[in-house]
Amino acid sequence: MADNNHGHGEHKSFYEEGGKGIMSWVYTLDHKRIGLMYLVSVLLMFALGGLMALLVRFELLSPGKTIMTAQQYNVVFTLHGAIMVFLFIIPAVPAALGNFVLPLLLGTKDVAFPRLNIFSYYIYVTGAIIAVGAIVGGGVDTGWTFYTPYSSGTSGSVVLMVFGAFVLGFSSILTGLNFIATTHKLRAPGMTWSRMPLFCWGIYATSLIQVLATPVLAITLLMLIIERVWGVGIFDPAKGGDAVLFQHFFWFYSHPAVYIMILPGMAIISEIIPTFSKKAIFGYKAIGMSSVAIAIIGFLVWGHHMFVSGQSQFASMVFSFLTFLVAIPSGIKVFNWTATMYKGSITLETPMLYALSFLFLFTIGGLTGLFLGALSVNVHLTDTYFVVAHFHYVMMGGTVIAFYGGVHYWWPKMTGRMYNEKLARLACALVFIGFNVTFLTQFVLGSKGMPRRYYDYLPQFQTLHQVSTVGSWILGLGFLIMVSYLLASLKVGALAPANPWGGLTLEWQTSSPPPLHNFEKQPNTKIGPYDYGVPIPPKKPGTLEGAVHGTSS
Amino acid sequence: MNILLQWAPFMPTAASHNAPNVDNLYGFIFWLSVVFFILVIGPGAWFVYKYRLKKGEEHQPTPRITHHLGLELTWSVIPLLLCVVIAVWGFWDFMALGVAPADTEDIFVTGYKWGWRFEHRDGTKELNELHLPEGKKVKLVMTGEDVIHSFFVPDFRVKADLPPGRYTSLWFEPIGVGEHQVFCTEYCGDGHSGMLAKIIVMPKDKYAEWLRVGTPLGPGETLEDRGKKLYSDKGCLTCHSVDGSRLTGPSFKGIFGNPQPLADGASVNVDENFIRESILNPQAKVAQGYSPIMPSYQGSLKEMDLNALTAYIKSLK
Amino acid sequence: MAQAVDDLKHTHEHEEHPWFFHPHFTDVEQQFDTAKLGMWTFLATEILMFGGLFVGYAIMFSMHPEAFHAGHHHLNVNLGVVNTAVLIFSSLTMALAVRSAQTSNKRGIVINLLVTIACACGFLIVKYFEYSHKWHEGLLPGKFYTFAEGYVPHIETYFALYFMMTGLHGIHVTVGIGLLVWILLRALKGRYSSAYYTQVELVGLYWHLVDLIWIYLFPLLYLVS
Repeated sequence: MADNNHGHGEHKSFYEEGGKGIMSWVYTLDHKRIGLMYLVSVLLMFALGGLMALLVRFELLSPGKTIMTAQQYNVVFTLHGAIMVFLFIIPAVPAALGNFVLPLLLGTKDVAFPRLNIFSYYIYVTGAIIAVGAIVGGGVDTGWTFYTPYSSGTSGSVVLMVFGAFVLGFSSILTGLNFIATTHKLRAPGMTWSRMPLFCWGIYATSLIQVLATPVLAITLLMLIIERVWGVGIFDPAKGGDAVLFQHFFWFYSHPAVYIMILPGMAIISEIIPTFSKKAIFGYKAIGMSSVAIAIIGFLVWGHHMFVSGQSQFASMVFSFLTFLVAIPSGIKVFNWTATMYKGSITLETPMLYALSFLFLFTIGGLTGLFLGALSVNVHLTDTYFVVAHFHYVMMGGTVIAFYGGVHYWWPKMTGRMYNEKLARLACALVFIGFNVTFLTQFVLGSKGMPRRYYDYLPQFQTLHQVSTVGSWILGLGFLIMVSYLLASLKVGALAPANPWGGLTLEWQTSSPPPLHNFEKQPNTKIGPYDYGVPIPPKKPGTLEGAVHGTSS
Repeated sequence: MNILLQWAPFMPTAASHNAPNVDNLYGFIFWLSVVFFILVIGPGAWFVYKYRLKKGEEHQPTPRITHHLGLELTWSVIPLLLCVVIAVWGFWDFMALGVAPADTEDIFVTGYKWGWRFEHRDGTKELNELHLPEGKKVKLVMTGEDVIHSFFVPDFRVKADLPPGRYTSLWFEPIGVGEHQVFCTEYCGDGHSGMLAKIIVMPKDKYAEWLRVGTPLGPGETLEDRGKKLYSDKGCLTCHSVDGSRLTGPSFKGIFGNPQPLADGASVNVDENFIRESILNPQAKVAQGYSPIMPSYQGSLKEMDLNALTAYIKSLK
Repeated sequence: MAQAVDDLKHTHEHEEHPWFFHPHFTDVEQQFDTAKLGMWTFLATEILMFGGLFVGYAIMFSMHPEAFHAGHHHLNVNLGVVNTAVLIFSSLTMALAVRSAQTSNKRGIVINLLVTIACACGFLIVKYFEYSHKWHEGLLPGKFYTFAEGYVPHIETYFALYFMMTGLHGIHVTVGIGLLVWILLRALKGRYSSAYYTQVELVGLYWHLVDLIWIYLFPLLYLVS
């Protein structure tokens, strides 16, 4: 690549420095380009999964057949879940935003293993093609959880879909491995563990889970594949297997995977709130350590998905207690974020609006988790719409909202352009309203006893279902507006300054977009990531100007 | 809005010994959550309002407040204690729900694609309906026939999976008389959402009568009406259409009085005897082009039910 | 070695990178540490993957112990012992190859790698004979099991696990051979010395793990009782 292009005085971005044309992207080793390729990919998958969601909601507008048969409905809701989980939300924050931002935040030139990085992207693409190919190959109707023995026997391209998820797992493992090595070894001089931005802590904790849990999923899916292809009885009781064994294996991965999804979301919020409050984060250590605590305890709670599966009552009791234990660090984070805003100097640009939405929605998601953690109440609520609403509040109200907050926060850094702020606020409001209309109603449905994964339903549930469906349209409209102004910003957006929000983390010390090797000169780590309100040191005036006063105006 | 004045909002009728316990805890968590929601979002909203940068103002240096041990301990320890209370409370009721008393009446339940079979101890079988006498403690011993199903009675606040290859159980003591909806809550394929049943709790004398003759025809109810009801209640509709479309089994439309080719190449005229035989012993004569997968309904339909179904099929010209 | 690293640091300061240095690191020491950390992390994922399989094995064994007893009688323990010995020996030669690299002994690297590769190939050849024997006898997983004599229910599940575990291990051995050949070719070009032997060391770590897994597989599958 163009080593001699290093600009002296004039700033060239990695778009120009890395070369032009499609091949400069295909063969790139630059973490920023890989992050952007992930971003485009996961956004496409979000659109596909979102389309499936709208179809599901439309079908539920009336009991019985609205637009599709039960068979088609089952395929559509399975694809919605599988695409959103494996192809969108797991890679969304770590692989897309993390890839772009993590090395910048750490003040390093790249991730530890750039070739492994591009390799894991191509594994992702391969897995995505296989999984999406399963749609063409007849569809899958098992639900994204692939519960046996249903999945051992049903027709359709289950093997293909499961194999796709298997392949995607490796992409996730390698990304996690790369980030662990990067965080441990490549931090800029002066950036000690305790001065690392909280985004890095969150991604680090996530990576630990990715590396430790995903291999178990891989082997589980492999066993499911040989069960179907060789006709073995590991999970199918008719052939001498154990149906509940699969659930243990599956949730041993998939519950930690829930934290793979939410921790990076929390990590983004920990960056946005201090920046837009111009205030030091409250409880840095508590937030950082609670991420690690969640990652560890998260491995010990998988059985709370199985309180009614017939597992022993003693096991259920232990899992229930541990579940409440994992709630505490999440609660601590929420309190800390709120406390950070106290006596801040708050501005409400779009990323902050997403962060505030996150606080609102994630709090509801977390509190409704208390219902599900309590054993006797769980018996009534599990496998109803209450669960559906709960995990959408955490996964979508939490992670997806945080992800879009992050996209808006780093969009200027990634593209060098500003988006239309007014439209962005409108879209954020629509998403927030639409989300609540869609999913608050589902808590009520669930408490009343409406089971999940139902194609048809009793007439008494219709009104609530209709409200929920209308909510999904508002939500869809919000995302459509978002797509349009983000795309438009690439052409007509104002040029972004290096530090549009007045942030203190290292990515704001370089140009927007950054040069190929991220920083023209060694980034200054003397100022901590949240040193807002620190008196300006006499020797170096100016360095903190952006910090205290902001440069956005 | 009066729903928000209830202790346990949105919960369905509480119709078992267990339901009020669950509702008490549900309500406790509900109102606790409301309080905590206000405790988090209230200050958050206030800070955003109070410390918002006003138009035309410049950012001023903010105070450096990085931690506060007392505050942090408070919001860690109090939630932890409350969580312990909830966990112990939930576990307490869960144990009571898991250990059936000695004086229950055992009923066997089989979940299959897609329906529920109930077998009383006296040999009476029921499909997608479970009649119970008032005031009797009942223990369901359950298993799945093909895939995992899950037995859920919202009014009783009970639920348990039915994995194939092993038994699970749950027990309840219904309060009063009435009908209660049963759902399948473990995804089991195309008929999952149609896998419904009713638990009908009756006064003792009515129950004894029901055991003898089955449910009598209601006022104005014809045999055909009853047949139509059985057609959906007993799950015939999951495999047999009445509009001529092909499902797992042959459609009932226009079938009566016409010849039906069989799998072994022979042919049979569809009359009352053939219908009766096909319901009680389905494998005896299998329609051509269809798999022999229909289960026998021997014992689960009373004599009048057979008459009613035959009358209904006859009526489908 | 320390001297060599100091030399390299020195060259680095003059912006003349040695061939193996990737410029996004600050120095070769950091590069070496990072690579090692990455490899150890990768080995952790491998252990967890096989760990999942071992748990599956343990549960199936506890459900159908008689099938597992019957199944293991069809395996040739002698061949298993030979293969175990071959792999343990190859671990030794692999360690010697790494040692040779650290002492800049090119001949030592090449010879030891050749012996390691030969052992790995020998292992696979023995495995091939074991597999083809079972194939002909019909001692196969699940619905392909056709061996009529002395059928014990669920013995086909034992063979499913046998083929899955040894197969997954065999794939790891095959990948290992590829890696060994690759570093052998580079060693022949004289790429490795006390200044740079990261690749030899990392492949060595991987190879030890492959051997270690076999040391668990062997008693589980061949000696179960």
